[in-house]
Amino acid sequence: MEFLGLYNYWVFAILLMMGLYAVISRANLIKKLLGMTIFQAAVFLLYISMDKVDGGTAPIIQAGAVDQLYSNPLPQVLILTAIVVGIATLSLGLAIVVRISETYGTIEEDEIRKMDEE
Amino acid sequence: MEYAIDIASWLLLIAGGVFVFIGGVGALRMPDFYTRMHAASLTDTLGTILILLGIILQAGLSLAAIKLAAITVFLLLTCPTAAYALANAARLSGLTPEPRVSDAEES
Amino acid sequence: MVTLFGVFLLTLLVITAFGIVRAQHLFVAVMLSGIFSLQMAAIFFILDAADVALTEAAVGAGVATVLMLGALALTDDRERGPKRHRWAPIVVVSLTTLMVIYATFDKPRLGDPEAPVHQHVAPWYLEETPQLIDIPNVVTAILASFRGYDTLGELFVIFTAGIGVLFLLANPSKRGARSLLPSAEAEGLRHHLVPRVVGRLLVPFIVLFGLYVQFHGDYGPGGGFQAGALISAGFILYALIEGEGTALRAMSFRVLRAMIAGGAVLYVGVGIAGMLFGGNFLDYSVLADNPIAGQHLGILLIEAGVGLTVTGTLLTVFHAFAAREQRR
Repeated sequence: MEFLGLYNYWVFAILLMMGLYAVISRANLIKKLLGMTIFQAAVFLLYISMDKVDGGTAPIIQAGAVDQLYSNPLPQVLILTAIVVGIATLSLGLAIVVRISETYGTIEEDEIRKMDEE
Repeated sequence: MEYAIDIASWLLLIAGGVFVFIGGVGALRMPDFYTRMHAASLTDTLGTILILLGIILQAGLSLAAIKLAAITVFLLLTCPTAAYALANAARLSGLTPEPRVSDAEES
Repeated sequence: MVTLFGVFLLTLLVITAFGIVRAQHLFVAVMLSGIFSLQMAAIFFILDAADVALTEAAVGAGVATVLMLGALALTDDRERGPKRHRWAPIVVVSLTTLMVIYATFDKPRLGDPEAPVHQHVAPWYLEETPQLIDIPNVVTAILASFRGYDTLGELFVIFTAGIGVLFLLANPSKRGARSLLPSAEAEGLRHHLVPRVVGRLLVPFIVLFGLYVQFHGDYGPGGGFQAGALISAGFILYALIEGEGTALRAMSFRVLRAMIAGGAVLYVGVGIAGMLFGGNFLDYSVLADNPIAGQHLGILLIEAGVGLTVTGTLLTVFHAFAAREQRR
């Protein structure tokens, strides 16, 4: 039964590496950015998986309920920040890709490098 | 009385699930874009609304039931609109529905 | 039963990520990434993270998809496949996967209450929040009050991204001497009756719901970030339906810049007001008569600041993409 207890972390490992693979092996710039978002999502999954407590509920304190287990609120705060920072990075990256596409006419990395060497 | 509410909500939930499943099968098996859209959008709207009605019955008379009713109205408005917008966009980019005599081995 | 549902969703997540990496038509990849974000939001909800699920659904599945589609409209939307199949990335990636999976066998299993992460700081927060701050949502209490300095840093990151996008995309492109005013073809869905009617009906309710989420962040899942994303989604819907020109007349770039800067100034202003009243920077206890009322006032003001800046930035980025002249 170890399988069910660790499945989240194995999915984290697989998603992490899929995102990394898209960043390092695909030449298209927008595909690299999509790989970066998959990578970030894998890290979010790791942190939020660590915050679950068996029998707990969301950390919103209900009035009058004693002996209620709450899940850990701290990773949620960190990931809330991280999600918004992720989209800020994505929007800036997309703006840079648009400018590159207007200057070079393409967004494939090998063609851009060839144009730069000329 | 509680028994009746439980049975009614179970029936609604199962019916909603069946409709969503039929929609999924239709989206895979239909030959053309427009027929796939037709299968997916109609059944998904109905299935989602049935599931939400089943959950409203379970929630009883409370704030949660009012919020769920608001979500149901919102979905009733937006699901068909989204399907219309999608089909319209496909028509405007030139995809035409092709009449097909036999659906032998087309994808 | 919930565990099985979680396992099923996680498997779907891996399949969707595989589809994103392999898709050559970038439009398909962007749509799949929207589905990916929605599945992540469902998984977060199963793992008891309600605030994070709301943020991921609003920001990831909503606004990020629109921004990527806007960028795709300005560039190519097909990827040219890899010319030669390269083995080195696959080998490196597989070896690292195996190493990370080997490392996960030391982790405590999911949901273990004795795990080290639940022992030190978290119980302190869960006990002290009712006494010190007295709001039900512990995540908002930590975000806005206990760790308010980190949230200030995050606000400045969003601010910088908005200003950065304006730097990059504000000048006219090389062809044509247009500025940020849209051309006559960017008319939106003017000729489509059904989305126009339904969209006009829905926009006020979306903005109302965004305001509800903003001010209700103390009592349930919600807060400034989610509200900012929701309100900007409402305005983006308006811009998509009525056309870019009408939307820019309704909320021009000057107003958006004022919103971005105003939110940050409000946040820092609350911090400095804390210093002027005798406490530390970002100490809310001195803002009102008793410390708890001061905390409530401080949290309300800084969440408003965060909501303003996030709305302004997301709308600025969308309009910067949409008002850019198209290549073809």
